[in-house]
Amino acid sequence: MTDAALPRLAMRRKSRVSRGVGHAGWGRTIGAGVVSLIYFFPVLWIVLTAFKSHSDALAVPPKWLFTPTLENFVQVFNRAYSADGVAVDTKFDLFFFNSIFIAGTSVALALIIGTLAAFGFSRYPLKGNQTYLFIILTTRMLPAIVVIIPILIMFRVTGLAGTYVGIIMLYTAFNLPFTIWMMKSFFDELSPDVEDAARLDGSSDTKVFFKICMPQVYAGIAATAVFGLILTWNEYLFALLLTGVQTRTVPVAMAQTIGGDIGVRWGLLAAIETLFLIPVILVTFFLQNHLLRGVTFGTVKR
Amino acid sequence: MSTIELSNVTKYFGSLAAVRDVDLSVGAGETVCLLGPSGCGKTTTLRIVAGLEAASDGDVLIAGRRMNDLSPSERDIAMVFQFYALYPSLTVAENIAFPLYYERTSSADRERRVKQAAETLDLSAVLNRLPGEISEGEKQRVAVARAIVRDPNCFLFDEPLSRLDVELRQTMRGQIKEVLTSLSKATVIVTHDQLEALTMADRIAIMRDGLIEQVASPHAIFANPCNVFVAGFIGTPQMNLIEASYAEVAEGEAELAFGDQRFRLAVNGASRALAKGKTMTFGVRPRAFTLAGAATAHTISGTVELIEPMGAETLFHVRAGEIDIRVVVPREIRISPGHVVHLACDPGQVHFFDAEGKAVQ
Repeated sequence: MTDAALPRLAMRRKSRVSRGVGHAGWGRTIGAGVVSLIYFFPVLWIVLTAFKSHSDALAVPPKWLFTPTLENFVQVFNRAYSADGVAVDTKFDLFFFNSIFIAGTSVALALIIGTLAAFGFSRYPLKGNQTYLFIILTTRMLPAIVVIIPILIMFRVTGLAGTYVGIIMLYTAFNLPFTIWMMKSFFDELSPDVEDAARLDGSSDTKVFFKICMPQVYAGIAATAVFGLILTWNEYLFALLLTGVQTRTVPVAMAQTIGGDIGVRWGLLAAIETLFLIPVILVTFFLQNHLLRGVTFGTVKR
Repeated sequence: MSTIELSNVTKYFGSLAAVRDVDLSVGAGETVCLLGPSGCGKTTTLRIVAGLEAASDGDVLIAGRRMNDLSPSERDIAMVFQFYALYPSLTVAENIAFPLYYERTSSADRERRVKQAAETLDLSAVLNRLPGEISEGEKQRVAVARAIVRDPNCFLFDEPLSRLDVELRQTMRGQIKEVLTSLSKATVIVTHDQLEALTMADRIAIMRDGLIEQVASPHAIFANPCNVFVAGFIGTPQMNLIEASYAEVAEGEAELAFGDQRFRLAVNGASRALAKGKTMTFGVRPRAFTLAGAATAHTISGTVELIEPMGAETLFHVRAGEIDIRVVVPREIRISPGHVVHLACDPGQVHFFDAEGKAVQ
């Protein structure tokens, strides 16, 4: 680099710093907008389709301007009709309840068990700690399809197939490995001095855990919960094989509306999907501050 | 009675002895500083007293009771940690009040004591903030406030001032000393900063490699270090420790030989007991030297190599043969590097150590 280039470089650097957030300039803003639109397009298309009538949804070329209708949303919870008038009970109120209940309970259980286990792994290491942690992780290393047959047989034999208890147990077991690993990393980050101080100040080990450690890892719990919820919420394979008519979750039920007596109702599917997105978006939205703190936890050394 | 008594305390981590046969007693109202370089076992010793580490051997007595098998919460000790260890999710007031919840005091009493501790340490303005929102100095004071808010058996401080800047450190040193004096409890302070130890302690215990080398008052430890390590550790700039041999001993005077230098010095009876020709170490503090006008049998000659002005005084590094001697002189004396100087010293301020490094009295 020549000497003459130096002042110019310094100036450019300075101007970049002074720009700050919200001053990226029009070019960049439009560029970012276009990229986001490309990524967001499938979601947008689904939401639009949800408000279209059956004929609008099938129109070629796609209709951008149409009269919005709530018909699909009404059908989600009542009866859906095919083009030639065949009616089918949709029962999605039950399936949505199932999805929320099963995902919520299994994530909550995984968090309770996993947090306690993680604290144990972090604070009271056993001989061969690393091996145990690794073994726990291996359960997530196999593709689901590999273990499906033994699990199916187990569920049949024990009568757990088709029950809430069965699928919740399975999802809890699914969520546990990464809950333990994530929560352990959060506990590892905490200063042991603070716990020692609490002990000297008269706290028992239980109090140290609940009063001192837990409040410090709320962000981590939130982040872990969101990951677990998304994983469980979208799970299809095990739900397909292990839930019954009464315990079916939304992904499975949604797939089963395709074909059958009413044919493919795109509008109906899009409406289910739109509703299906809402809980996850809400949870992520309310936990987003924690989520960001959770996933960046420990990346900056204090 | 608030006292701490350690007898033969030993701690092994695996096969490594972090603390070896430590005997130490701290009386009521007395402040003892554990001073030593990093890794000498001083923090481990403190943690053994607190109950955060179990002693492998030996007894820990606090207020006359054997505490070895009691958990930290049963020992009734207040400790200030190096990194303060404030509870991040609690406010300053809640932090200070935390130990009181386990004393089952009434909430009115709790509030009064928190208020009092906060006033003592000038924290009233930040009581409702979280630890993340206050300055380093305030955090330190919260940690002290949390310790003094109750009435414990004794106080332990682990490097309490190491995270503060120099100015704040000075203020806090005074403040902590003042608070401790008014409480008359047995107190142990761990530090690697000798100034902190010299100013705050009634007695200093110097540790090295898990052993206590010497326990004495700050004055005694400075005036009569028991061995070469203590002599070199206490005092800034460091004491000049020069390996030499007794070339000749006669008429109350000894001639010390080191390198190509010969240096005559009045010696007392005890040091004369050292046999002629024996190797030994003599130590002279940098401030004990004076500059002589000309070379005599009682001076060491050398060339000034490096000059470090220290404000009120100036530190010279004088090269005498193979040996580098540190000399502190008043700032009025101006000498440029390369000059030859002749150093004389008061025989009363020379320390003698035998070949094993032990002080000869």
